[in-house]
Amino acid sequence: MAPRKDNGPGALGVLSHVALAVWALLIIAPLLWTFLASFKSNTEIFGDPLQLPGALRLDAWGRAWDKAHIGQYMLNTVVVVLFGTAGTMVFGSMAAYVLARYRFAGSRLIYYYFVAGLAFPVFLALGPLFFVVKQVGLLNSHVGLVLVYIAYSLPFTVFFLAAFFRTLPDAVAEAALIDGASHTRTFFQIMVPMARPGLISITIFNVLGQWNQYLLPLVLLAGAPDKWVLTQGIARISTLAGYEADWPGLFAALSITILPVAIVYILFQRQIQSGLSSGALK
Amino acid sequence: MGRLRTYGFVAGFLAVPLVLYTVFVISPYVQAFQLSLTSWNGYSSVVRYVGLDNFGRLLEDEVFWRALRNHGILLLVLPLATIVIALLFAFLLNLGGGPRGAGMRGVWGSGFYRVVFFFPQVLAVAVVGVLFQAVYRPDADGVINGVLARFGVEPVGWLIEPDLALWSIIAVMVWQAVGFYVVLFSAGMAAIPKDYFEAAALDGAGRIRLFFSITLPLLRDTVQVGWIYLGIAAFDGFALVQVLAGDKGEPDGATTILPITIYNTAFSYQKVGYASAMGVALFFLTVTFAVLTLRTTRRERVEL
Repeated sequence: MAPRKDNGPGALGVLSHVALAVWALLIIAPLLWTFLASFKSNTEIFGDPLQLPGALRLDAWGRAWDKAHIGQYMLNTVVVVLFGTAGTMVFGSMAAYVLARYRFAGSRLIYYYFVAGLAFPVFLALGPLFFVVKQVGLLNSHVGLVLVYIAYSLPFTVFFLAAFFRTLPDAVAEAALIDGASHTRTFFQIMVPMARPGLISITIFNVLGQWNQYLLPLVLLAGAPDKWVLTQGIARISTLAGYEADWPGLFAALSITILPVAIVYILFQRQIQSGLSSGALK
Repeated sequence: MGRLRTYGFVAGFLAVPLVLYTVFVISPYVQAFQLSLTSWNGYSSVVRYVGLDNFGRLLEDEVFWRALRNHGILLLVLPLATIVIALLFAFLLNLGGGPRGAGMRGVWGSGFYRVVFFFPQVLAVAVVGVLFQAVYRPDADGVINGVLARFGVEPVGWLIEPDLALWSIIAVMVWQAVGFYVVLFSAGMAAIPKDYFEAAALDGAGRIRLFFSITLPLLRDTVQVGWIYLGIAAFDGFALVQVLAGDKGEPDGATTILPITIYNTAFSYQKVGYASAMGVALFFLTVTFAVLTLRTTRRERVEL
């Protein structure tokens, strides 16, 4: 056979474009449909699914924001994820740094103690976790949820960052210590800035993981609907939509939830993709 | 003096993370193993040890076996479907354009596809679940059924037909997962030296040959990592099943999985001891899967 040159789109080329385009459509279509449905009336939603909304009705968005409490859920989620991720990064990087760069009795043991957490499914801890949080009096509180988020994010964060801190050169830190900087100052002013690429990856990983968490708030905030996070709220609104027949409201709520994520994703897609996949390959 | 200061610093940095982790992660896990040997109901002050009774009951529990069967299906289908689709797309997006200039190129529009394919990955599973409730509506107004109706197809009960429901849910999992593995495999493909492709292309290898003879063998490790992640994901699936099929894995338990059963047993039926026993079973299943996969797929590495 003569050497093939792929200049023109052969049958294979056409086929591969079709496959790619179909998959892209499968992803975009449901999202677009949801967005459009938030402007439709109930009758339009139950009409032809391929029809565009007859008018640009914005009232469902208002209802979703106030009456269905999406605004409240959004605020709760932002607060929980902000403190959860900040806490995870501070405590996770401190632990990882000490375990990676200081030799002391038991350092390996403590490192494996943290990493062992990766092997257990959360469902194993579910029942007892509920009672532990109840005992310390933090059930149905954001503080409790934030602490639990931090604790469950630690194994992977410590694992990932310890590997990262190990790769940093010794010379800079030693020079700082000789110049009289304390260990704490060396960490915050020299090592943290040097570890920035690793810290950014794992921050993205944790923000996404905590933003999308469903199981833990479901168990730990069950009794306080005003403290619910978005994922819980959306599931609740979807159940209610059936009773109250407010379908546009449900799709407006979904759109409000998805839009900010989509915007952040489009702005930072390169960092997010590399952050998530480098996390997975470690 | 300096030594003491170092120890103080180390202890200071480790104290808070260690306490948080021990209280909220390790202690519940240890308690779960302990509680799996009791008949505790969550509120009584007396905790009665029943030995291995919970595990004996588990073996006779129909719901447990049904959940296990569903995990078995998930474990086969989810990794296989996701990896095959993702490998194909990753190949097309990175190398499908054939040799051009100094290296291989993806097909036209690769950048756009990469952005779109990955997007479902950043959505919360619960949100994806609610989204697909509308997509899968059983009457003629569902997104899929509405489109099918144009071709004269009767509405399909995607989530209410017992034989179909689990497959519909798996399809959503694949829908969400593919983009992530496209990115993962793309990173692996980028690490393959360009000369390999050039040499093969010079020898007359077409795109299909390039894929099977060069890309696939050199991507082995990455695919194995993907397989393990997806296998572990096959033991989860809580949020999606709970939103799409409810607390009992409707219709009639056809889609039930262990996490759903554990959640219900602990919080709806207050059988914390029994739920813990299921948790222990789930733990051993996951670990067994991971160890077996690592063992059986370990082979000599292809040196690059």
